[in-house]
Amino acid sequence: MEYVNPEGLRLDGRRPMEMRQLRAEIGVISKADGSAVFEMGNTKVIAAVYGPREVQNRSQQLNDQALVRCEYSMANFSTGDRMRKPKGDRRSTEISLVIRQTMEACILTHLMPRSQIDIFVQVLQADGGTRSACINAATLALADAGIPMRDLVTSCSSGFLNGTPLLDLNYLEDSAGGADVTVGILPKLDKVTLLQMDAKLQMDTFENVMQLAIEGCKAVASYIREILLENTKQLESRRGI
Amino acid sequence: MRGLQLSLSKGQKLRLERALEKLESLSSKSNSDASVKVADDIAVNNEDAILKGHGTIELDGRLVATLCGVVERVNKLVYVRSLRARYKPEIGDIIIGRVIEVAPKRWRLEINFSQDAVLMLSSMNLPDGIQRRRTAVDELNMRSIFEENDVICAEVRGFQHDGCLHLQARSQKYGKLKRGQLLTIPPYLVKKRKQHFHHLDQYGIDLILGCNGFVWVGEHVEVRDEMVEDLPNKSEQENEEVEETYTPLDTRENICRAANAVRVMSTLGFMITVEVVTEIVSLSRSLNLDTHEMLGAEFYVLVAEKEAERRSLLKRRK
Repeated sequence: MEYVNPEGLRLDGRRPMEMRQLRAEIGVISKADGSAVFEMGNTKVIAAVYGPREVQNRSQQLNDQALVRCEYSMANFSTGDRMRKPKGDRRSTEISLVIRQTMEACILTHLMPRSQIDIFVQVLQADGGTRSACINAATLALADAGIPMRDLVTSCSSGFLNGTPLLDLNYLEDSAGGADVTVGILPKLDKVTLLQMDAKLQMDTFENVMQLAIEGCKAVASYIREILLENTKQLESRRGI
Repeated sequence: MRGLQLSLSKGQKLRLERALEKLESLSSKSNSDASVKVADDIAVNNEDAILKGHGTIELDGRLVATLCGVVERVNKLVYVRSLRARYKPEIGDIIIGRVIEVAPKRWRLEINFSQDAVLMLSSMNLPDGIQRRRTAVDELNMRSIFEENDVICAEVRGFQHDGCLHLQARSQKYGKLKRGQLLTIPPYLVKKRKQHFHHLDQYGIDLILGCNGFVWVGEHVEVRDEMVEDLPNKSEQENEEVEETYTPLDTRENICRAANAVRVMSTLGFMITVEVVTEIVSLSRSLNLDTHEMLGAEFYVLVAEKEAERRSLLKRRK
């Protein structure tokens, strides 16, 4: 199948180095300490953060840092065919772990000893790149909850099809069988916290593909910062003196 | 907007937007560019020695924010005041909490902090008002003082060496709260003041603005110092208590009105003080609104407009 046509356009009309439209909203769940919805094109993810709060299971309590937990789930209606997925299957356990480790790397856990932070992410619409969208949503929700962080984590995926590196794969491109590289970075510190790839790539093409994903992460970061600043200014101006 | 799910008509939407814009323009003049977000550089003069406070870390010689909020500078200290976050206790704060566990010699309270707070049996006055050592009998009777799910008002005593937060309730004004409503609002909307207990005389209600974002609206209770009372009065007092369990209808209505005022303010994200709450309650009365109508779209718009007006007046006076 042709994923990039001779004019250099992809299946959904994007250029190879173009991202899908981003949209984010903060404070969508009133009961949660922090919450956000993040959309990348047709992929839509909701995240809620509770805590820092008292540890529920005493035996897990850490005396020098906070316990971070994460739960990833996919809504039944999120994919094309409605499927009842059992909670805690291999895929969601793995993604929960990935998100937890990525977020734990940026949260200053030592500031909140003997407490726990719960991150819940749910995919509302799946169209490729759910992993990255979940991480971006979780970052926004954590920032909204006022949890101290070293840096924002942002994530983006890229792939390699028809001899072209492609940014931000959608579902069709994702399931094409080519490589899918998901990268998570700390934009300020310029460090990589997450790098996942299925399939194989040649060394020199991999570097190009990863560089492209990092560019994507930086674009996401600048968007997230805009949203956060707007939200902070709004809260402050409403509050008054 | 957070928690605000209203069906505003076109006109109302326009008015609300205008009021909120006015608020924004009022505040932006006083402190522009003070808002920071996570991983922003905070501009500091490197020649001066500075103390880095909460919400900041140092990264290769630069000061970087770790929270979203507003940069505050006090002499050498630079810190970020976070807006939406859980409550951070400070010694002497008046807080409201809910009992979640009765443990040996202590109660555990949920207070919207990262850990549960502890109220020791020894750090509160006994209901009989006698100062003495707490015996094993007192310990067995703890449930007669506070049970699970009771709402309690107390004061932050401090952090113990093991890191848990201790409370105290050594006065008659602290203790169990009865016959009223508990509201939870974001803690940044409560300003720390000298007085957190308020008696709204004209409505016969008490308003307690807990620093942890828990707000109590309830029937007014006379604070009695029971130590002074003579013993023979005891039977009389019991009769009184039977009468007291009944709350008159208009007091209940006033409680609901004040509670709705707090709800409206907190969803709009305005700072909550007694003056503003009484103002909104009287506004709703002057408009002859029912209690439930206070949570309608029209009243939200009215409150936002009123607040904009109030703040611009304050500004002009300065």
